[in-house]
Amino acid sequence: MAKAVVPIGPYHPLQEEPEHFLLTVEGEKVVDVEVHIGYNHRGIEKLAEHKSWQQVTFLVARICGICSTSHPIAYCNAVENLCRVEIPERAKYIRTLVGELERIHSHLLWLGLAGHFLGYNTVWMWVWKWREPILDIFEALTGNRNHYDMLLPGGVRRDLNEEYFPWVRKELGEVKKNLEMLSKAILDDPVIISRLKGIGVLTQEDVKNYGAVGPTARASGVKIDVRKDDPYAAYDLIRWEVATCENGDLLDKVVVRILEIFESIKMVEECMDALEKVKGEIMATIKEVPPGEGIGHHEAPRGETFHYVRSDGGSSPIRHKVRAPTYVNLPTCKATLPGSQLADAIIILASIDPCYCCTERVAVVSDRKKKYLTQEDLIKLSWEKTERLRRKYGR
Amino acid sequence: MKEIKERLGDKLLNIYEHTPNRIYLDIKREDLKEVVEYFFLERDMRFVTASGIDGRKEMEILYHFSEDSTGKIYSLRVKIPKDDLKIDSLTSLIKGAEFIEREIFEMLGIEFTGHPNLTRLLLAEDWPEGIYPLRRDEKGIRDLKERNWEKKNG
Repeated sequence: MAKAVVPIGPYHPLQEEPEHFLLTVEGEKVVDVEVHIGYNHRGIEKLAEHKSWQQVTFLVARICGICSTSHPIAYCNAVENLCRVEIPERAKYIRTLVGELERIHSHLLWLGLAGHFLGYNTVWMWVWKWREPILDIFEALTGNRNHYDMLLPGGVRRDLNEEYFPWVRKELGEVKKNLEMLSKAILDDPVIISRLKGIGVLTQEDVKNYGAVGPTARASGVKIDVRKDDPYAAYDLIRWEVATCENGDLLDKVVVRILEIFESIKMVEECMDALEKVKGEIMATIKEVPPGEGIGHHEAPRGETFHYVRSDGGSSPIRHKVRAPTYVNLPTCKATLPGSQLADAIIILASIDPCYCCTERVAVVSDRKKKYLTQEDLIKLSWEKTERLRRKYGR
Repeated sequence: MKEIKERLGDKLLNIYEHTPNRIYLDIKREDLKEVVEYFFLERDMRFVTASGIDGRKEMEILYHFSEDSTGKIYSLRVKIPKDDLKIDSLTSLIKGAEFIEREIFEMLGIEFTGHPNLTRLLLAEDWPEGIYPLRRDEKGIRDLKERNWEKKNG
């Protein structure tokens, strides 16, 4: 049969993110896939070399809007590893609490999108409705619905207001109740099961070969979790379990994430209990960053986020390497996609919970005529436009 | 630690423990594949990523391996002289190394011999040849603009 190439991207129509897949199909069957990234490359690693150690925390928070506390946790872990600093206990609990709340909202976001990709818009509407209280909790506790900016190397910047905790417990209880209902509804529905079971299987061997991390690996039965393996923050001070499944198909990727949400709700509650008892400092002082190297990682909602920093004793890092989880999870589609139906391709590609903002970090402003625009050029262009509009509307 | 020292013998130039869970090992460029086989296949570690760095005198690549059962991260440091920017590709051994080798190739200009598809990963197609953004002597956009202007106008 003749082969045809179906392009998805460079801008994904459903996921609304820059990604580019070229699917080679024979009839309805996908036989090969080519992945292109780099459509939205921002140069963050280079930029980090020109910022101070504190400023980089806020720069890496802007790598991704969804994991806006995962990158700072990994970066702060790296700097604290470099300086060999231990952070105060209260700060540890606050970091864990914010990190786990982020996991809840991120997994809920993905769950809704997964329903949307399957054509189940009810799941989408419901889950995104239940995600809203989580964002309200964030606003109450940290001051922002997104980009909380709670961290700095050495601890956290703001303390939490404990007056909100009873309300947070109530809201989380509601989310838990709704989610229990939803997970029963999903597991009862024969149509959803037949769309997910046995589709897009990732074997344990491929997990190792591609170095896949996070829920993508855990759905295949590979029990890796940075929070357990190399504990940081308060993950070794509270009780929790790593959720795993066995088959590595789409259904298990849904189940493992739902189990993780329940686990995270428990962890947030435990952190609040601890915070009511543990008082004191929230910031350890780091006077100067010595020359050397530091490595930090954090289990982001999508898997391990890895940061490497190198210092020469100056005020900014001389090299800062960021490896986001999607960077290693995305190539696994070469193992899961070939052989599947074209109709399943969208959900298989989305099953790793891809985050392109994280994957593409490093850009130069350039238009088609190969003219390079500097900051002054951009400011001039903006003035000219304002002037034009002013004349047009006579103001 | 002891086991690694015995197993690698004189392939190991230096070993340094920054904190108990962060271990850095210096190895020679020629021994890379053998050492990686030991870490990846024999010790069954997970390949995390590689960091390419422009050091002052030579280029460096750090291959990070994570032993998830103990939580230790082993970083293999390979130094590459600036007049011969070549190193063996690991893609045939570890499929997950394909992306990062392409990224280091475009960002630092290090060639990976034996890589099946050594093309650009992140940079745009119309990005000028021979400009490597993460090199230390790269001056940035302003410098690039001047060079382009000089090229056009002599």
